[in-house]
Amino acid sequence: MSDPDVIVVGGGPAGSCAAIVAARAGLSVVLLERGPFPGSKNMYGGVVYPRILDDLIPNWWEEAPIQRWVTRRATMLLTETQALTVDFRTEAWGKAPYNGATAYRPDFDAWLAGYAEAAGAQVLTSTTVTGLLRDDKGAVVGVTTDRPDGDLRARVVIACDGVNSFLAKEAGLYEHTDAKHFTLGVKETLALPKEVIDERFGVRGREGVDIEIVGCTGGINGGGFVYTNLDTVAVGVVLKLTKLAAQATRPEQIIANLKGHPAIAPLIEGGEMKEYSAHLIPEAGLRMMPKMTTDGMMVAGDAAALCLAAGIWLEGVNFAMASGMYAGETAVEAVRVNDVSAKGLVGYQRRLSNTFVLKDHRKLRRAPELVLSDRVQHLYPQMMANIAERMFRVDNPEPKPGLRRILRQERKRAGVRRRHLWRDAFTGFRSYG
Amino acid sequence: MTAMNFMETMETAEFRVHPDAHIVVDGSVCTDCTTRECVVACPANLFVPTADGGVLFNYEQCFECGTCYLVCTQAGAITWNYPAGGHGVVFHRT
Repeated sequence: MSDPDVIVVGGGPAGSCAAIVAARAGLSVVLLERGPFPGSKNMYGGVVYPRILDDLIPNWWEEAPIQRWVTRRATMLLTETQALTVDFRTEAWGKAPYNGATAYRPDFDAWLAGYAEAAGAQVLTSTTVTGLLRDDKGAVVGVTTDRPDGDLRARVVIACDGVNSFLAKEAGLYEHTDAKHFTLGVKETLALPKEVIDERFGVRGREGVDIEIVGCTGGINGGGFVYTNLDTVAVGVVLKLTKLAAQATRPEQIIANLKGHPAIAPLIEGGEMKEYSAHLIPEAGLRMMPKMTTDGMMVAGDAAALCLAAGIWLEGVNFAMASGMYAGETAVEAVRVNDVSAKGLVGYQRRLSNTFVLKDHRKLRRAPELVLSDRVQHLYPQMMANIAERMFRVDNPEPKPGLRRILRQERKRAGVRRRHLWRDAFTGFRSYG
Repeated sequence: MTAMNFMETMETAEFRVHPDAHIVVDGSVCTDCTTRECVVACPANLFVPTADGGVLFNYEQCFECGTCYLVCTQAGAITWNYPAGGHGVVFHRT
């Protein structure tokens, strides 16, 4: 095999999009995937927002292996005995061009990799990349793999090797790696008949539900989720690594606690476990992001920590697809002008900066920390639920208390200081406003 | 819900086990560790404390997530690599 123009490491959404763009522009591309098929190693918290594919794969929604279109999106605050939910639904998200969809990643990622192959990229599965090849000046000129005679050289390497990205680390793109920037996602996929899911979640046909939950992870900062596939319901939790490691309850027990909550248990009752799975999430946004390029190499997707964990917005696959596309475009440009140095690849950073990829992250740079802060995690859900309970409780013969009094009393009862509440509201407003 | 112990839970995931371990734990380093972050955090529960104060590790049902090496505080205790191509965890497709 003659050396390709581009090696893409990792057949996830970032890698496939990079390969599609580069191969369609006429470059020779090799896409390396360590699993037996693209997507086989991949798992997520449930919802993909594919609009970024509009240009790459017109009418993608007619082809994509989605489970359900999310037409009901709920955010739920849980305490041990209460649940306060903001529950939104719209017909608009149930028809083209849709909004979010639930999908199994092994289905979705393999489907996307099919487009890379169709564009002319050579997809090599069951191939683990073990390191980088560098020239005497340190520029990346290829990768080593675990195949016999497995060294592979190329003009450009695009590292889409996931959240642990040993390639980005080997290239020195991360200054340091810190456990506090990661969360662990664990998930159970529970089989239930489609009619039962439709009835319990109040949906029909391909309509689906995504529930994001705060206050269900005990003393560990994090969150939970419940979402519908066609004939399974996925339930899981996301746990801040450093907090998980510093206490005694194991992840599967935290899921069990969520499943036993009175607001959740009736939704999943009788569900038969089809699969248990786990994956890390790069949670800290801009605070953890690496340098995106070095001589001969770019990094995209989870490998570049391009995951948006901003509470009301939890996205990753769309950031992976977009960054992969932009890395692919940049590779095409760099090979054309015959400059694959970091300088020649500078268009990648520019593309990330000028699009939602880094605009969203810059705007929401304080959000991940706020969402995982102790007050948002441990004090506010109780306070909000108590406020709701007081508001809707009829205490006759007592007359109704004023809302201001309820707010003041419940804030004090939850141990929330007024200046902290204002500070968090201000941070929230600066981020989300 | 059918009651399930964790061993049965882990059996719902598919692992194509390679004869060589991709993660190696040096249990002698672990004897000096009092905090044992890996034992509680590993989502597959693969780290088991032993009576003699060490930690026993079995790589076969590993999700390859990276939690253990990130939470570990003992330099040199965990040597972490991905399994050989085509091996390790394989999540289900429809």
